[in-house]
Formats: sequence, structure tokens, C-alpha cells
Amino acid sequence: MNSLFPSIVSRSQSSGLMNFFVPIISIVLTLITGSIIFVILGFDPVYALYTFFISPISSTYGISELFVKATPLALIAIGLSYCFKNNIYNIGAEGQLTMGAIFGGGIGILFHDTNAFWLLPLMIFVGAIGGALWGLIPAILKTKFNTNEILTSLMLVYVALFILDYLVVGPWKDPFGYSFPKSRPFSESGRMPLLFDGLRVHFGLIITLFLIFVSWFIFSKTIFGFQLKVSGYSPKAARYAGFNQTTLVFFAFAICGAFAGIAGLAEVSGPIGLLYRDISPNYGFTAIIVAFLGRLHPIGIIFASLVIALTYLGAEDAQLFLQIPSAVGFIFQGLVLFYLLGAELLINYKLTYKKLL
Amino acid sequence: MNLDLILGILQIVLIATTPLVFAGIGELVTEKSGVLNLGVEGMMLVGAVSAFIILVITGSYFLAFFVSILSGIIMSGLFAFLVLFLMSNQIATGLALTIFGIGLSSMLGKQYIGTPIDGLSPWFFVIFSFLIVFLVSYFFYKTKAGLILRAVGESHNSAHALGYSVIKIRFLSILFGGSMCALAGSYISICYAPMWQEGMTAGRGWIALALVVFATWKPERVLIGAYIFGGVTILQMNLQALGLRFPGQFFSMAPYVATIIVLVLISSNKLRIKLSAPASLTIPFYRGR
Repeated sequence: MNSLFPSIVSRSQSSGLMNFFVPIISIVLTLITGSIIFVILGFDPVYALYTFFISPISSTYGISELFVKATPLALIAIGLSYCFKNNIYNIGAEGQLTMGAIFGGGIGILFHDTNAFWLLPLMIFVGAIGGALWGLIPAILKTKFNTNEILTSLMLVYVALFILDYLVVGPWKDPFGYSFPKSRPFSESGRMPLLFDGLRVHFGLIITLFLIFVSWFIFSKTIFGFQLKVSGYSPKAARYAGFNQTTLVFFAFAICGAFAGIAGLAEVSGPIGLLYRDISPNYGFTAIIVAFLGRLHPIGIIFASLVIALTYLGAEDAQLFLQIPSAVGFIFQGLVLFYLLGAELLINYKLTYKKLL
Repeated sequence: MNLDLILGILQIVLIATTPLVFAGIGELVTEKSGVLNLGVEGMMLVGAVSAFIILVITGSYFLAFFVSILSGIIMSGLFAFLVLFLMSNQIATGLALTIFGIGLSSMLGKQYIGTPIDGLSPWFFVIFSFLIVFLVSYFFYKTKAGLILRAVGESHNSAHALGYSVIKIRFLSILFGGSMCALAGSYISICYAPMWQEGMTAGRGWIALALVVFATWKPERVLIGAYIFGGVTILQMNLQALGLRFPGQFFSMAPYVATIIVLVLISSNKLRIKLSAPASLTIPFYRGR
């Protein structure tokens, strides 16, 4: 006879199979919980789930929108995995995104009447620099002053948002904008080229896929990627091997900041076309979920970004057709992360039923 | 400057700082038991919205605070279940709690934005916030239970070997932290604001987390830290109101920048942080077989 409750036993080696299944388990559990929530709110769960997860992507335009939302999420998440692989908790990607938009967008505003091929590459480059510089602040504070990067990187989000707010109501305000808090529009050559006529999916997607490929190469084929992984698994082993932790922290923050900066610039020069207050619906925070859900793996992150992008679209449709506040999307995002973290137990531990007799 | 003005400013500082004290002391107890809960902001928001909704529906302040604290217990109980029983990563789980709390609070509160309520006088809570800090301090340093809690936070294996239930003690500490955060949130929506607005805690949860580091995990110092931050916040508001020729956004940044500066000053002494932080902080407890 076996005991009623399973006991938790540590595995000698983490389970690769479970590593693959845990994200899927968590998505399924989230859908089940979601339908329960919809029933409680008084909706037919099948219709509600259809409205939330199927109808937003049942048109070409919808699929294009899915990629528009997934682009910044995937790009920031792959940047975050440089940090998370090494147990560096940079949670300020939203601020780094904002700084990238400010730096790159600043170039766009400066050259608002210039049309030249070099404008967009320059904006992307400067945006990356802006994000990287903002990311380096917590890196310096962590390595030189032993300051917890979780709190500093988060505080810098608020600072970055206030700087953006200052710029768009102050010096960078559009002189012909009827005193709306927004900047001049960028010139045509300062905009991300659209991939298809009539759809909003833009060149940022190509940049994202390219950087994901580069990151895959770095993670699996270079010494730097190996060092990141080792110091994440065992800081002691990394120290014995002589890896320089300070350098790793700097690189991880700089790369993550640069990626988030590019994502921010891609947003303002892509779908938006100018600078204003609300350039990002929390992409920088949501990307944390994408990074975990994708298990910090390039391919996983691509799929995770599509799943989480769908919660954004679904939330908009739910508000439109079911009159459910769009914040329900954040609830789904939080739930999927809860289930994921809970189910991670299955990777390093197994459940066994002890024999009683 | 006359006396009335000084007293007036003092009053505002007391009223504005109280939620930081509640959230800070709650998180401090959680961290003392060896668990880092980054969900403070999320628990505060859910606490704030649930108190507000219950007050609008029932009109009872008692029920509002009661349900709010219950919400904090449920939210932190969820966190506790994940980190204690499923041994999940505390940092990631806390972040999930905050994201979930932001979503849940804005969904629940959507139809209550702009609903007027009669605010409650804050003075009872201001006094209570001082009292609770001294009670926690007394508990930690003068009672056996407090000693056990601290022991669990320093070395869970030794505490377990002595026969103390690490999981139970951590569970209760997390629940205490959650209820204090919810109280802080309900104070903001019912006494301080008094209204409901999405994301109205405006990063106070994160500042409370910074306060615990500032206090080097000592209860009384949470008060000192909280009043420094509260003072900076009120100072920038007053300077902003004076209409100096300096953009308001730079004043609004002040509390966040001050938090960073203070954190840097405190943490740059590596030894002090190492000696004062609970040694088992963020390390999951696995009993083996």
C-alpha cells in the first residue's frame, strides 16, 4: 500500500524531459485556471477562451500584430537571459528600453527633416548605446559598491520614465503638436521599414531574429557563454576556474541594456513614429516572464514571446467584446509564471509514493 | 517660518511615511526568517483595492481593513506555498506575485476608479505603525519565539536539527509580511489618498524593500529610513508646489534617486551587509529524506 501524498525526492541529475514539458504544463494549467476565472465572471468559458486566444490571430492582420508585440518581448527576453543565466537579477529592462527610445529617438528628432539611408542605423546604434549605459549603472553599483542590482535597476525604471516625461512635455515637445505631450514625428527614413504592405510588422522582427541567432551562437559556442553558464550554476567553480565575475556582470548588463534599448527604439521608430509618454505597455517587465517561460533558451524564448504576446492581444479583445478590463492579460501572465515556477520542482526533484507496508 | 507651518509639514510627513513603515517592517520579519519576498508592491496594491471595494460596498471601515489583511494573507500564502513547499526561486516568485498583483488589482478596481469615499483619519495608524515596530523589536530580541525565528533565518539546517519546524516558522513570517503589506496598501487607498487609482502605490513596495537593506535588518532602523524617504518625498512635493523654475519631473525622481544613493552608501561596506543579512536569505530549505 502506498501513502496518499507523494514525497519529494531530489534527482541526481536535472531532468531534460521535464525541462521541455514544464512550460507546456504551466500554459495548460493557466488555460484551465483562466476558464475557471471566466466562469466565475459569468462567461461561457469556451467563448471567452476563443475570444482571448483564437480570434485575435484568426486574420492576417492579427498574426502581424502578434509579431509586432512579440518582437520587443523576445528581444528583451534574450537580453535578460544573459543576466539570468549568471543569476544577475536585472529587473529594470523597462528603464533600459525607455533610455534606448530616448537616445535613439533623440537622434530621430534631431534629424526630423533629414531623409538619408544612414539615419535609421544611427538611431538603432545610439538607442543600443543608451540602453547599455542605463544598464551599466546597476552593474557599476553592484561590482564597485556591492549594491543589490534588483533594487537599483528597478529604481532606475522610474527615473528613466520621469526623464522621458520631462523631455516630451518640455524641450522635445512638438512645436506644432497643439501642446500634446509628444515629440515631432520622425522623418520617413527614421522609421522601421514595414515587412508587408498594410501590416504593422516591421524590420525590428528581423533584427530580433538576428540577435537571437547571435545569442544562440554565443551561449552554445563561445567561452563567454560557457563562463556565464558556469558562474550561474556554481559561482565557486567559476571562481576556481579564474573567471572574472566583474567582467561578466558588466557584459551581461551592457548586452541586456543594449538589446532592451534596441527594442525601445524599434517601438518608437516602428509602430509609434515619435516619442511620447506611454511607449511601452510594460514590455520590460513582461519580458522577464518570457525569459523564464522560454527557459533562457533562444528557441524557447521565441515560442514564449508568441504565447505572451497573445495575452496582450487577447486582453484587448476581451475588453472589446467581453467588457473584461484588459488587465486580465497581466493576471494570465502572472499565473503562467506562478505555475512555471511551481512546476520547476519536477525538473530537479521527483515525486514518489512511499510504501507504507 | 512659523510654528504652524513646521507642525503642518511634520503632520504631512507622518501621514505619508506610515505605509512605508508597515510594508518595511512586514518585509523585515519575512526576511529575518530567511525568505525574500519581492511581491511587496503587488500585495500592497491588492490590499489597497480590496479595502477600497469593500468600503464602497459595505461602508464598514472595519470590514474593509479586515478583508484587505485577508487578501494579504492569501497573496503571501500563495507565495509561501510556492517557495516553501515547491521550493521555487524566491526572487522569480516574488516578481510573479508583483506582476499578478498589479493585474489583479487593476482588474478588480477598474469600475471603482473615481468613486468618492469618506477617508478615515490616519492618526490611529500612524501611532500603530510606531507601536508595531517596537513590538517586532521586542519580539525579536526579548522573546524565545523571536530568537527561534532569527535562528531559522540564519541557519535553517541548525534550527531544523534542534527540532524547530523551519517551514512552519517561515510560513507564519511570510503571512505576517503579507498582512502588513496589505495594511500599508489599504492605508493608502482609505486614509492617505483616499481613492483608488491603478498602480497607486507608485513603487512604495520597492522602496520598502530597500528600507530593509537600509535598516541592515534591524527593526528600529526601518523607522529612521522610512522617515528619511518620507521626508524627501514631502520635501520634493513642497518644492514642486513652490513653482521653482526647475522641471517638476526632476523633483518627482528624488525619492527613487535617494533610494539608490542610500542603498549604495549602506551596501558599500561589504562586511556590514554580510554580518547583518540573515545568512539563509533566499536559500530554499530542503529536508532531504
